[in-house]
Amino acid sequence: MFTLNGIRFKLLFGLVFWAVFFFVGGCAEEAAPVEEPAAEEEVVEETPEQELIDDFIVLATTTSTYDSGLLDFLNPIFTEQTGLEVQVVSQGTGAALETGSRGDADVLLVHDRVSELELVEEGDFVDRYDVMYNDFIIVGPEDDPAGIMNVDRVTDAYNLIASGEYSFVSRGDDSGTYRMELRLWEDAGLDPEGQDWYQSIGQGMGGALTMTSEQLIYTMTDRGTYVAMRENLDLVILLERDPVLFNQYGVMAVNPDKHPHVKYDYALMYIEFLMSNEGQELINSYQVNNETLFFPGYGLE
Amino acid sequence: MSRLLEGITEAFRLIFSFDPELLQIVFLSLRVSLTAIIIAILLAVPLGALLGLKPEKRTRFINKIIFTLMGMPPVVAGLIIYLLLSRQGPLGVLALLYSPAAMIIAQVFLAAPIVAGLTMVGIRAKGTEIEETARSLGAGSTLAAWTVIKESRIAILGAIITGFSRVVAEVGAVMMVGGNIAGHTRVMTTAIVLETRRGNFELAIGLGIILLMLSFIINSVLYNVQRGGLKGAR
Repeated sequence: MFTLNGIRFKLLFGLVFWAVFFFVGGCAEEAAPVEEPAAEEEVVEETPEQELIDDFIVLATTTSTYDSGLLDFLNPIFTEQTGLEVQVVSQGTGAALETGSRGDADVLLVHDRVSELELVEEGDFVDRYDVMYNDFIIVGPEDDPAGIMNVDRVTDAYNLIASGEYSFVSRGDDSGTYRMELRLWEDAGLDPEGQDWYQSIGQGMGGALTMTSEQLIYTMTDRGTYVAMRENLDLVILLERDPVLFNQYGVMAVNPDKHPHVKYDYALMYIEFLMSNEGQELINSYQVNNETLFFPGYGLE
Repeated sequence: MSRLLEGITEAFRLIFSFDPELLQIVFLSLRVSLTAIIIAILLAVPLGALLGLKPEKRTRFINKIIFTLMGMPPVVAGLIIYLLLSRQGPLGVLALLYSPAAMIIAQVFLAAPIVAGLTMVGIRAKGTEIEETARSLGAGSTLAAWTVIKESRIAILGAIITGFSRVVAEVGAVMMVGGNIAGHTRVMTTAIVLETRRGNFELAIGLGIILLMLSFIINSVLYNVQRGGLKGAR
């Protein structure tokens, strides 16, 4: 009986060793593609229409562009035209900017115009364009105890919420949405941080909407995430179309002078695709539940 | 409650649809976590055995470090590996960030202390006794050590199961160093987080149920091996 178990034990370890070579081999292969030689890029420039590039770029972006499905719609079209695969890392805007500044991505699609322009100024990014915009809305329960429905200005709405101490969910996660929310509280002359009714949850927009809906309270959200999740939420739009609620998205490349390893040429191809007439029309045509989520171009003013 | 039921329906629909994207996610999960646990075994079982055979007084400090690392929050492990592998980090030239290899490194970091710590505890339980018996039968120190490891295989397998359960279920580290890139570094746990974030609760719970089923199958295999060991030890 002992030998039987001994054999079984040896068999197990044999399997383990075999598996190590198999798995590690597979992973080493996967991690291998680093940089393509420059020679291939020249060929591509001569015949951009026909030659498909067998490479990828890393796009650091916000949760809103990815969770709304926009990138799942746009990126396959870009890949079909160029051959380039777009690997999407979706984070909060703060984290995405940090990822880009460290040189861990090639191209960024984010929404914090002020910070973006600062970082371009500092030389972290180049070739920034206002690619599209969407808007923020205030959502809450249908019976609207704070009476947000009756005002048109976000600052007035925030004053109603604060004075009545109605609960409000804040992302609290250094996202573009959160940064916008903070600026609006400031504009309203209020400092909600630390108040009992102000729930800073440190989660993405989806998580924030779910928590808001479960508690039947208020939050500020981008329209896209709300529309995409609407059927799972007991929340209605209470305030929209205040001009301060426009949310500008920018696309930009990581500066190759600062990070020589980035695929700058490919990043430019992606930027050109989004900024082309075709790309802008595609953005405009993308709908969820019969609603357009992102509008092409520059939306402020 | 209805969402939970819908989730269970969704899980079975997903399994029998043989969706290539899902299969890819499942396969990557298994590949990352199995590779990580195997590397962890190769590093940590010898270390645990070595520590277990040494007198407790001499290894006290290192024991405490290993026990502390056993409770390492996955997101902290992820952050450390991220900072090492980032382009600006010391290992940035390897260009490993956002690759399955990075995820494996992070999971080895999580699993190795558990495997080492539990192996050490298991061997300490009766290691000296077995070692003395082996030596009295004329075994050299290498053979004696191997005998101790072989005789403690129940404890070692327990350590391996615990380590594997930890890495296959964790999300913080793989999210951070893998980036949850579709078709490239998306595994089951990060897919569950994504679908929850998107409000697709049925799909998320469906994926969760598939993950539990896979865990059940793998643990069943390991359990059967372990039970075999138990009979032999009696």
